[in-house]
Amino acid sequence: MNLDAKIPEGSLEQKWENFKKTAKLVNPANRKKLEVIVVGTGLAGSSIAASLAEMGYQVKAFCFQDSPRRAHSVAAQGGVNAAKNYKNDGDSVYRMFVDTLKGGDFRAREANVYRMAECSLNLIDQAVAQGVPFGREYGGYLNNRSFGGVQVSRTFYARGQTGQQLLLGAYQALMRQVGKGAVKLYSRHEMLDLVLIDGKARGIIVRNLDTGVLERHAGHAVILATGGYGKIYYLSTLAMGCNGSAIWRAHKKGALMASPSWIQIHPTSLPQSGDYQSKLTLMSESLRNDGRIWVPLKTDETRNPNDIPENERDYYLERRYPAFGNLAPRDISSRAAKERIDAGFGIGPLKNAVYLDFAKAIKEQGRSKIEEKYGNLFDMYRKITGFDAYEEPMMISPSAHFSMGGLWVDYELMTTVPGLFALGEANFADHGANRLGANSLLQASVDGYFIAPYTVANYLSGDIHTGKIDDQHPEFDKAQAAVEANLKKLLAIGGNKTVDYYHKTLGKILYDYCGLARNEAGLKGAIVEIRKLREDFYKNVKIPGDSIAMNSELEKAGRVSDYLEIGELMCFDALSRNESCGAHFREEYQTAEGEAMRNDAEFQFISAWEWAGAGADPVLHKEELTFEVLKPIVRSYK
Amino acid sequence: MKLNLKVWRQKDRESQGKLVDYVLEDLNPHMSFLEMLDTLNERLILAGDEPVEFDHDCREGICGQCGMMINGIAHGPLQNTTTCQLHLRSFTNNETIFIEPFRSQAFPIKRDLRVDRSAFDRIISSGGFVSTNTGQAPDAHALPISHQVTEAAFDSAACIGCGACVATCKNSSAALFTSAKINHLVLLPQGKEERQERVIRMVEQMDAEEFGHCSNTEACEVECPQGISVLNIARMNYEYNRALTRRK
Ligand SMILES: Cc1cc2nc3c(=O)[nH]c(=O)nc-3n(C[C@H](O)[C@H](O)[C@H](O)COP(=O)(O)OP(=O)(O)OC[C@H]3O[C@@H](n4cnc5c(N)ncnc54)[C@H](O)[C@@H]3O)c2cc1C
Ligand code: SF4
Ligand code: FES
Repeated sequence: MNLDAKIPEGSLEQKWENFKKTAKLVNPANRKKLEVIVVGTGLAGSSIAASLAEMGYQVKAFCFQDSPRRAHSVAAQGGVNAAKNYKNDGDSVYRMFVDTLKGGDFRAREANVYRMAECSLNLIDQAVAQGVPFGREYGGYLNNRSFGGVQVSRTFYARGQTGQQLLLGAYQALMRQVGKGAVKLYSRHEMLDLVLIDGKARGIIVRNLDTGVLERHAGHAVILATGGYGKIYYLSTLAMGCNGSAIWRAHKKGALMASPSWIQIHPTSLPQSGDYQSKLTLMSESLRNDGRIWVPLKTDETRNPNDIPENERDYYLERRYPAFGNLAPRDISSRAAKERIDAGFGIGPLKNAVYLDFAKAIKEQGRSKIEEKYGNLFDMYRKITGFDAYEEPMMISPSAHFSMGGLWVDYELMTTVPGLFALGEANFADHGANRLGANSLLQASVDGYFIAPYTVANYLSGDIHTGKIDDQHPEFDKAQAAVEANLKKLLAIGGNKTVDYYHKTLGKILYDYCGLARNEAGLKGAIVEIRKLREDFYKNVKIPGDSIAMNSELEKAGRVSDYLEIGELMCFDALSRNESCGAHFREEYQTAEGEAMRNDAEFQFISAWEWAGAGADPVLHKEELTFEVLKPIVRSYK
Repeated sequence: MKLNLKVWRQKDRESQGKLVDYVLEDLNPHMSFLEMLDTLNERLILAGDEPVEFDHDCREGICGQCGMMINGIAHGPLQNTTTCQLHLRSFTNNETIFIEPFRSQAFPIKRDLRVDRSAFDRIISSGGFVSTNTGQAPDAHALPISHQVTEAAFDSAACIGCGACVATCKNSSAALFTSAKINHLVLLPQGKEERQERVIRMVEQMDAEEFGHCSNTEACEVECPQGISVLNIARMNYEYNRALTRRK
């Protein structure tokens, strides 16, 4: 298979302009004849659905929550990046491009990364126009903070709720179009399959989660903006319903999956406290602006952290990475924490955490300043743990957080299935092997507001004479019958273990063998274990109830059955990449000091996997990466 | 610890519901309230019974999807806390806990503890936005907005749309939710253009959804997980009357 990324001609600065200048258009009278299906209402989905409807297309939008406003974009706390250079500290589109490409360890396309940085300027304007209440200085101008992996302040924020506020802006734009009848909204509907007609994406099969009834929806193009699949680890910072099912079912219909094992493990979440636990809450990375990370120098430390004197503490990030210190990028910070925890220096009842200490910041800036910056995060910490972080350091630990991997898309955000687009966290495109903080709200938003409106129109221009897509086409019958059969099969198993048991077991295997550190033997063993677990699932899972009714367990079972396949692919992906880059750290490929060893000579490519059928090993395709502007260098934050 | 639960079970909108007793032992006080329900469900499933349906997603207090009446209080005993952020340490050993759905004429019960809050979406689509299309915006700094104004707008914008205010109100009024959105937008210069039509449309939609009228009991503010102030309601009433007097 030839993976053509379709990068436009011209210098880096001209590529997106050139695309827009030459992209095909659809005239306004024809737009209302064209229907687009958007699955997902997070930042990516809401923004593309609203934008297309504003342009005059017929749009249907789907989400599994009971309101589009609850998509998991809502949970982002820290902020959104934009190269506005409002702080006059030397920022520019080019510098943001450099930071992002370098942060991603040179495993992303230059052209995509540059475009994201370029579009960041308009995103802030757009959000402000919608009424997003970004933090401001006393003079009335927008304020910025700094995030991990960069040396400028380019992060815009709305207290600790940047995600909710940006999403509300996009949701309100969406609901405005719903009110006008330009978007039909289907909340509590889950996509269970993609329908292809003559090789093109022409519709989806969804299940109404309140009634269990299956429905068919046809359109000229299908856009998946279904978010990340980091919940595959069970314990993660994602919401309970986050899933990989929509993209996975599209994958089985021919869309390639890129770099599935590149999952970011976030350094600052709350540690696990027991096996009943259902999620790990993220503490925003912005806390690392003022918090200092440390562990005791002694392994079996029992003293209260405040009683441990300075000279008996190991501020390991400041020690190992003096230039970036506590703001070292996420992959590096998480790995450094794991290194200390594995070496026996972890703190807390399960010895699985490190301290994040604000004592110095409170002393220097005063408690009220810290309260203003992070008050809601400190409140959240107290609610969840019962401890007061103004008085003693927080306890934090790494947690699965963000999927850099996802459906392979070209420059136009189209997958290998014609007419099927993937936006936001669901695609693999811009973050390489490690995403920088505050870049993904940005990516999801610019995909939806500024990129896909052009590229989807470019595709739809070929469909103005196609006429309405018929949802009674035999391909819809076939897809619906397959979905029905699959639901019946799950319900018929009638075993003796819950769906959660399988999810938790899979999560543990992945944390141990395909998490912060990986090695060949571990990954090979994990593939065997996951296959066994999957077999056991189809023999022994127990799902109560019926398919023609509300049934949360059946929903979960469908998602976990997909996770059991995605997990296996992640291990194949990690196994095939004999280098360490970004979030992918292969223990065999490290320097004497324990730093990652990238191998550009052999692995400067994107791995894109093809589904080869149940039980068969996946097939690897490669998209070579070329760097014309920025030559790959060793990533150093020392 | 041990808890005696009385959980509302109702098959669907039409069926009669009732409280069903469950006893859970050996619970960890650090468990969250929803993890306690997970534990209950696991037990029910393995025993061949149907698990309790309840709404939740983010489990970190921001998506607004969770919500139930716990001992008659929306989101339970802790102030400014969603159901998902409540932990068992807020209860005592051997306590009896009543768990019921958010009830309101405008929030029909779907099943067990799940209710239909789509009325809130319709209130937003009636006018809870700034009418700006993608790509029309001027530079963000073209319009300075003072720190105080932004912070005040944020205080209103913080609403997570959970519906606790409605569930707790004896009139089932949606005034706190609706007024929070109206204020978020009217405080900002971008939102001022449409202030008249917006407030009229949103208030009319709120009434059409059969939410009750606000009689200023202020119960909503007490239960609101985001601490949305009832002053929003006063301001909405002002905006509404102002709009009526200027209506042509
Ligand atoms: C706790 C947390 C904090 C974060 N903080 C930051 C931050 O500070 N800055 C930053 O830049 N990024 C942050 N991120 C990352 C960022 O929030 C996400 O990458 C981004 O919001 C993803 O947006 P999205 O639109 O792609 O997906 P989402 O917002 O996750 O939306 C997915 C949508 O798809 C729908 N969906 C999924 N599957 C199906 C299906 N099968 N059928 C129908 N609908 C489906 C869902 O209902 C939902 O509407 C954070 C992430 C987390 C988890
Ligand atoms: S005003 Fe408060 S209680 Fe009402 S929906 Fe908003 S957050 Fe929930
Ligand atoms: S589950 Fe999201 S607020 Fe409780």
